[in-house]
Amino acid sequence: MTSPPFRYARATSVDNAIAKGICNGSAFIAGGTDLLQLWKAGVTAPAEVVDISRLPLSEIDCSNDTLTIGALARLSSVAAHRDVAMHHPLIADTILASASGQIRNMATVGGNLLQRTRCVYFRGQDVPCNKRQPGSGCGARDGVSRQAALFGTSAACVATNASDLAVVLIALDAEINIQGGAGARRVCLSELYRLPGDTPAQDTTLVAGDLITGVIVRNVARFAGRMTYLKVRDRASFEFAVVSVAAALHIENGVIVESRLVAGGIAPLPWRLTQSETMLLGKVPSDAVFVAAGDLAIQGAQPLSENGFKIELLRNSVFRALQTIGGAS
Amino acid sequence: MAKHHVQTTINGDPIEFLCDTEETLLDVLRNQLNMTGTKEGCSTGDCGACSVTVDNRLVCSCLMLGVEANGKKIGTIEGLASGDKLHPLQQKFLEHAALQCGVCTPGFLVASKALLEKNSNPTETEVRYWLAGNLCRCTGYDKIVRAVMDAAHEIRSA
Ligand SMILES: Cc1cc2nc3c(=O)[nH]c(=O)nc-3n(C[C@H](O)[C@H](O)[C@H](O)COP(=O)(O)OP(=O)(O)OC[C@H]3O[C@@H](n4cnc5c(N)ncnc54)[C@H](O)[C@@H]3O)c2cc1C
Ligand code: SF4
Ligand code: FES
Ligand code: FES
Repeated sequence: MTSPPFRYARATSVDNAIAKGICNGSAFIAGGTDLLQLWKAGVTAPAEVVDISRLPLSEIDCSNDTLTIGALARLSSVAAHRDVAMHHPLIADTILASASGQIRNMATVGGNLLQRTRCVYFRGQDVPCNKRQPGSGCGARDGVSRQAALFGTSAACVATNASDLAVVLIALDAEINIQGGAGARRVCLSELYRLPGDTPAQDTTLVAGDLITGVIVRNVARFAGRMTYLKVRDRASFEFAVVSVAAALHIENGVIVESRLVAGGIAPLPWRLTQSETMLLGKVPSDAVFVAAGDLAIQGAQPLSENGFKIELLRNSVFRALQTIGGAS
Repeated sequence: MAKHHVQTTINGDPIEFLCDTEETLLDVLRNQLNMTGTKEGCSTGDCGACSVTVDNRLVCSCLMLGVEANGKKIGTIEGLASGDKLHPLQQKFLEHAALQCGVCTPGFLVASKALLEKNSNPTETEVRYWLAGNLCRCTGYDKIVRAVMDAAHEIRSA
């Protein structure tokens, strides 16, 4: 065992977890599937690991088109939940396309949203990475950049966010409940993530002690039957996305009245394709319109030496996702 | 640093152990309890060789701390056979030559048992999907899948 030792404490309540979480060097552990990997790889060295997995935050409730998921619900429990499978198949399907059965049995929803990038330099050792070791440089930018982002990057970091669930939840305008030293707040999930800028070590807007307690998804019935998550990956299962697209359409009298398009694998955070969304409004669904949405999606892409293929992949994925859900009903 | 006192049930037997915080459940099983049937392949959640059940959920023991097991019911490969009598899955793995080096085998067996307890009559697709978290670099998956299907059949008709 070469990774450094840490203290272990089991949180006895949400307040207790927050009090412990505020302390310098402490880290929450939920399913542990990312935290322990990062600890083994020497990326993180917590002084104290605060076990939150037994806190009563794993309820899943679905009523009146409002789905609330406790942050500590295991991915497999969410996907298998009757109401989720019935009323939120997009969420269930996305989870079932993530990781493996073993990992889904361990991984929690909160942990999934906070998992760190899969950039190989970040998870490697003795290679430069500004996210792991600020000021050391970015290995990926001029090195192996196949994984790297096309949008939202900075000179300091070009890493992508790896969560599938986050892409879909942002497409569904999900909110999260947070409790911390300063009390409780509810924010849009999209406000959780931040761009790397000059400080790529910080992935999110959370501060020490902040505990995500749950996720809320409301009012998605308008997209019923017209939602999809297209995940393109290097092998058919048990693999992260190279490029992914969550798409949802609300069509009334044959015209698109609302649209959501969010892409994964191409930016430091789930990337909302606002231009494509806006262009679709008022349009009659057709292949031509969907092709145009794909063309708009790739505008402004900034490829590096090895990830240019993602541009065409993104364009085609947007088209295919829209084609899947945009047909006559 | 003080060791943690952990009480668990492993394969039905109450078992207590002392462990350091940084020992994974896999470390504890192999190094302290001498239950070396559970294997370490990758230690990163990628290969499934370390599969065990915790409160009947199939997990990777390499990504779980020993201390987290307190109060939990653990199931390992050592719990499959009853005495000298192999579990039907073990028997079918032998008959179908579903192993070569054998490092992945305990994980496959534990995962397959968890599947058959949930679904006694899985389709081939369901078996393949369920076993996606278990990697084998020697045998190829066909024989493994056939062994699991055959064992399921045998268990159903027993
Ligand atoms: C082999 C493998 C394959 C994978 N494939 C995929 C995939 O295809 N798609 C995908 O999306 N993911 C994938 N993952 C990532 C996996 O989904 C995440 O590791 C998992 O969801 C993290 O959840 P956890 O509960 O285990 O988090 P932990 O490891 O316990 O925690 C992760 C981080 O979140 C913090 N944290 C956890 N819960 C809270 C909370 N409630 N409030 C505040 N902070 C919290 C922790 O302090 C830690 O920093 C894969 C992982 C592995 C190991
Ligand atoms: S892309 Fe970001 S995470 Fe990857 S090496 Fe560069 S700084 Fe590190
Ligand atoms: S050793 Fe645990 S998954 Fe490979
Ligand atoms: S038999 Fe060698 S890894 Fe599967």
